[in-house]
Amino acid sequence: MTPEARMAEVFVELADTLVDSFDVVDFLHVVTERCVELLPCDAAGMLLGDQRGGLRVVAATTREVERLEVYQLQQDEGPCLDSFSTGELIANVDLVHPDDRWPVFSAAAVRHGFSVSQALPMRLRAQVIGALGLFNSERVEFTPAQVALGQTLADIATIGLLHERAARDQTLLSEQLQSALTSRVLIEQAKGVLSARAGTGVTEAFELMRSHARRNRRPLSEVASAVVAGTLMPEDLRTG
Amino acid sequence: MSPRVNEILAGLARGCPDGEGLADRLVADCAHAAAVTGVGLSLTTDSGSGAVVVAVSDHRAGVVEELQFTLTEGPCVDAARWGRPALQPDLGSGVRPRWPSFTAGALAAGLHAVFAFPLRVGAIQLGVLDLYRDTAGPLTGAELAEALCFADAATALLLHLQAEVHGGGGLAAVDDRAEVHQATGVVSVHAGVTLVDALTLLRARAYADGTPIGEVASAVLAGELQLSD
Repeated sequence: MTPEARMAEVFVELADTLVDSFDVVDFLHVVTERCVELLPCDAAGMLLGDQRGGLRVVAATTREVERLEVYQLQQDEGPCLDSFSTGELIANVDLVHPDDRWPVFSAAAVRHGFSVSQALPMRLRAQVIGALGLFNSERVEFTPAQVALGQTLADIATIGLLHERAARDQTLLSEQLQSALTSRVLIEQAKGVLSARAGTGVTEAFELMRSHARRNRRPLSEVASAVVAGTLMPEDLRTG
Repeated sequence: MSPRVNEILAGLARGCPDGEGLADRLVADCAHAAAVTGVGLSLTTDSGSGAVVVAVSDHRAGVVEELQFTLTEGPCVDAARWGRPALQPDLGSGVRPRWPSFTAGALAAGLHAVFAFPLRVGAIQLGVLDLYRDTAGPLTGAELAEALCFADAATALLLHLQAEVHGGGGLAAVDDRAEVHQATGVVSVHAGVTLVDALTLLRARAYADGTPIGEVASAVLAGELQLSD
């Protein structure tokens, strides 16, 4: 398949997710995974504003990137934080030879094995609701077209987050953002429950829930709730 | 986690050195900080239908809290049931209100706006924090941030009160790290307890050992630590 054909397929997939048994956290995970697939980056992480003046990690393709994003939040320093506060896209950040903007974050990113990062704002009109961080282990520079594609994926994530209800007003936007943050915690708890019951790691537990949700066209958070409640056991997920 | 949540909790602990009246103080502080008329804090059951009022900042908030649970409809009931905030900046607007009986009762009590925040940690449903105003209008961004931080503080308080029944634990904000939530799930299965008890066990261990809860959680996930009731 040509890259263009695959890109078109991904856009169709994302549009499909928007209308069919939509689950916001699952959707945001898929966006980060497609970033890694379509762009020359090795990992992606997404942060959402918590409306308390902070940000929280909602999706990450690897454990390292999740840890690095959490570290960025704790240190209160990093390109994603700046992209969130300014609404600006920050392309091709050299982590190995950092300028004076994010010394602590750059050092931590290098320790996690990354050399270059991109920070893309998730914008909704005048507001910024989150940021998408892309990370490379090799020193690869994104072309302007690749940066633009990354931004498009960040924009799709924003649309997905807000589509569940017509988020024309601030009230609905708040309800939806808070709901996404709670849903993410629920899925983490369910990963723990399932990994303990099935004797697997948490990553496998996540995949098990997700493929079951896909096959049965159920929202991931509904599957996670059922796992926590004990009405969906490992064998149900494997066979159903 | 927002430093503001820790600040709120520290203020509560200072104001109630013997640990009494924490909930009363929280609702009063919240009403002041978010510039609302009244605040109510309730414990809810999983279905969202039953509830116990823990604290109210004034008489009217008490009336409206009771009203919702008697009618089993209202923003607080919805927030508990769906796990998302229910924000209604103008109860008097619209010909078909979301909650007809509740709206009539609230308006009769002179309240025109209500903002209900679920107090939960993922699947753990603890309660609801309701903010009321005698004038219509949305919360500003800063007021919403205060309300959400007080909701986080109230979540920590309800967990703390629950832990006291089992013999102690600090008044600490809930750590939002993925590992903590995953470990909560693991402990609930291994110890055969509910998620809320599993989280309480993790928090109590961190508190007793003076270890960050993230480290306790990592040890659980690595299979190096087993917690039981």
